[in-house]
Amino acid sequence: MDFLNALVALTNYVIVPGMAYGAQLALGALGVTLIYGILRFSNFAHGDTMAFGTAMTIMVTNGLLALGITFGPLPTALLALPFGIILTCLLVLGTDRLVYRFYRKQKAAPVILVIVSMGVMFIMNGIVRFTIGVRDIQFADGERFIISVRTFKEMTGLQEGLAIKATQGITVGVAVIVVAMLFWFLNKTRTGKSMRAFSDNEDLALLSGINPEKVVMVTWMIVAALATTAGVLYGLDKSFKAFTYFQLLLPIFASAIVGGLGNPLGAIAGGFVIAFSEVTVTYAFKKVLGYLLPESLEPSSLVQLLSTDYKFAVSFSILIIVLLFKPTGLFKGQSV
Amino acid sequence: MTLTYRNAFLVLFVASLYILEGATDFWIFSGSWDSSLKMLSFALIGAIMALGVNLQWGFAGLFNIGVMGFVALGGLATVLVSMPTTPGAWSAGGWTILMGLILGAVTIVTAVFMLRWLPKGRMRTWLTIAFLVLGFFAFRAVFDYGVAGVEAINPAATGYLGGLNWGGENYKDYGWLTIVAWPVGGLLAAGAAWIIGKTALGLRSDYLAIATLGIAEIIIAVMKNEDWLARGVKNVNGLPRPVPYEIDLQNDPGFVEKAASYGLDPVTASTLYTKMGYVILFTIVLVILLWLAQRALNSPWGRMMRAIRDNETAAEAMGKNVTARHLQIFILGSAICGIAGAMMTTLDSQLTPTSYQPLRFTFLIWVMVIVGGSGNNFGAVLGGFLIWWLWVMVEPLGQWIAEVTTSGFAVDHWFRIRMEDAAAHFRLFTMGLVLLLVLRFSPRGLMPEK
Repeated sequence: MDFLNALVALTNYVIVPGMAYGAQLALGALGVTLIYGILRFSNFAHGDTMAFGTAMTIMVTNGLLALGITFGPLPTALLALPFGIILTCLLVLGTDRLVYRFYRKQKAAPVILVIVSMGVMFIMNGIVRFTIGVRDIQFADGERFIISVRTFKEMTGLQEGLAIKATQGITVGVAVIVVAMLFWFLNKTRTGKSMRAFSDNEDLALLSGINPEKVVMVTWMIVAALATTAGVLYGLDKSFKAFTYFQLLLPIFASAIVGGLGNPLGAIAGGFVIAFSEVTVTYAFKKVLGYLLPESLEPSSLVQLLSTDYKFAVSFSILIIVLLFKPTGLFKGQSV
Repeated sequence: MTLTYRNAFLVLFVASLYILEGATDFWIFSGSWDSSLKMLSFALIGAIMALGVNLQWGFAGLFNIGVMGFVALGGLATVLVSMPTTPGAWSAGGWTILMGLILGAVTIVTAVFMLRWLPKGRMRTWLTIAFLVLGFFAFRAVFDYGVAGVEAINPAATGYLGGLNWGGENYKDYGWLTIVAWPVGGLLAAGAAWIIGKTALGLRSDYLAIATLGIAEIIIAVMKNEDWLARGVKNVNGLPRPVPYEIDLQNDPGFVEKAASYGLDPVTASTLYTKMGYVILFTIVLVILLWLAQRALNSPWGRMMRAIRDNETAAEAMGKNVTARHLQIFILGSAICGIAGAMMTTLDSQLTPTSYQPLRFTFLIWVMVIVGGSGNNFGAVLGGFLIWWLWVMVEPLGQWIAEVTTSGFAVDHWFRIRMEDAAAHFRLFTMGLVLLLVLRFSPRGLMPEK
């Protein structure tokens, strides 16, 4: 019984939040990794692209709610998500046309593109602040729980409760659908195949008649969709605040690099590695150990390895360790 | 020749921006010398940071976006040097904390040597991991005990170790200690840069960028959480000052008389006097650093650096040790950022870890360097002055734009309210726009490298 209680506590505080956070990071890292694979630079504006997409989705959600449209038990934001994606697509395609294309034509060094993306980051951050402000915004509606602590306790008779928030379930569900669609697209369609060819060997791809501008355009559209989805899921699960999204840049980059930059499978694995390490290292294991150990050995302290404020340090340390010992990432990524 | 005319014009233009701020309240200018001097002292600090980043990026092509971390370490140095030692803190746990930290350092160093000396294999990996885990718990046990002792001492007012100021109650009489703190801030930042450089400099440019970004966030996280060090988010207030206090000047009959002879009332005169004091001190530091950087740029060492930047392989073939040179310049540039950070905390008279934002302390400095002209020290300094002016003035400028565009609308029209709301967020947008425009149309900056 004690063992079951320990397992439930662990699931409740580590596994479920870790899964949801991991899915969000994985979607974010997929965007970063695609940009890196096709356009060959680290996009620092990615966090703010996510923020923009989420801001647009929130505004459409508010519009829908004002019209009296809801999505039943699901959050209305999911209904608004396609509109958010379309608006974000327009923004990133506009940015590419106005800003990035010039440097692509010049064949500028990747580091110049990174600096350019810093400028884009400033501008997108400004746009988000203009349109929606800097406040903390909660926009999750619909059902709150898939399983609440009380129902779980009644169902199982265990002392320890398990709660799965609806947003956590939705996050994982949507992420699975999105990733499945992405891999189907990359592996089965003609455009997807040409994208992979372009990523593997640009010269050969150009030689075989692949239109680079089309590949770049499709990449930006996919990245916009991924970034908006990731941003909306993160916002539903926690809350939306422009600055938090900028800070997500670090764990997202860590996920992409740990998995191997340019490798979509790696980005997903990296997302979960980073998420679970962050949650595990900053979780206080007192409760779990209390169930498992005999009373005499029960810990008196919290058994928390690091305080939650150091979660950046966790993703960062993993990043450094991987870079030092396996520079191309866990899955073989590109190295330029 | 045309280039020097252009440079002279640019310098005059930027200087006039600051003079106008003090001299006239026309358009967006406030017409207050007080605000002009305040802006100038922050611009001087910004220019010094830009000099540091220019050393790394302009000379050596190192992409460091962790400037904020080094600036914050400089600020920490000011507290550690100039604040009074908290009575009893060292005996209550200070030494224990120190021992804990040494224990942690010894663990890491031993682990590094284990990796280096033990025979390769699975055995080595597991031994090292086990050793690290054990070391971590030992470190936490000693360290946490010491921290609890220090933080228990009057947490509302101190609860930290304090600094090295031996003045006790009268610590504010030792204001010159803050000036001592500036080079100490540089040293602290240099030490951190050495550790980071040792681990991360071998990586490619965008990995180094992410690594420095992460380090900066971690330094801020440490400063926010470790209350025993500098009170964390409770902030350290009332740092001593290297310049006299306004109230003392106002009570000094000699000063009041002098002020009256210039036709100034004592209050205005005293604020101007102290602000001028900071400006003079900062100018001295900037001039010294600029002179050193200029000497470095034109020395054989500077030529070697640029050679490495332009073609690493060729420089290596010529027998230059690229990694060592990169480490060297990374440390130097970071030290300059640390000095600037210590100066900034001195100017603020307080250390507020939550005020360190990457957009303001890292990316803004980058905008300064790129706009000014990377690779040219004078350009970076000019960029510092220009961009800081813009950073401050964008708000009144935004309000002015909002006023002009909405003047035809009623006071409560939604468009007008929206525009006035947006004016406050004009800053980041403008910075991004300036950066992109310069990168596109004048990629070498306003004062290009020769």
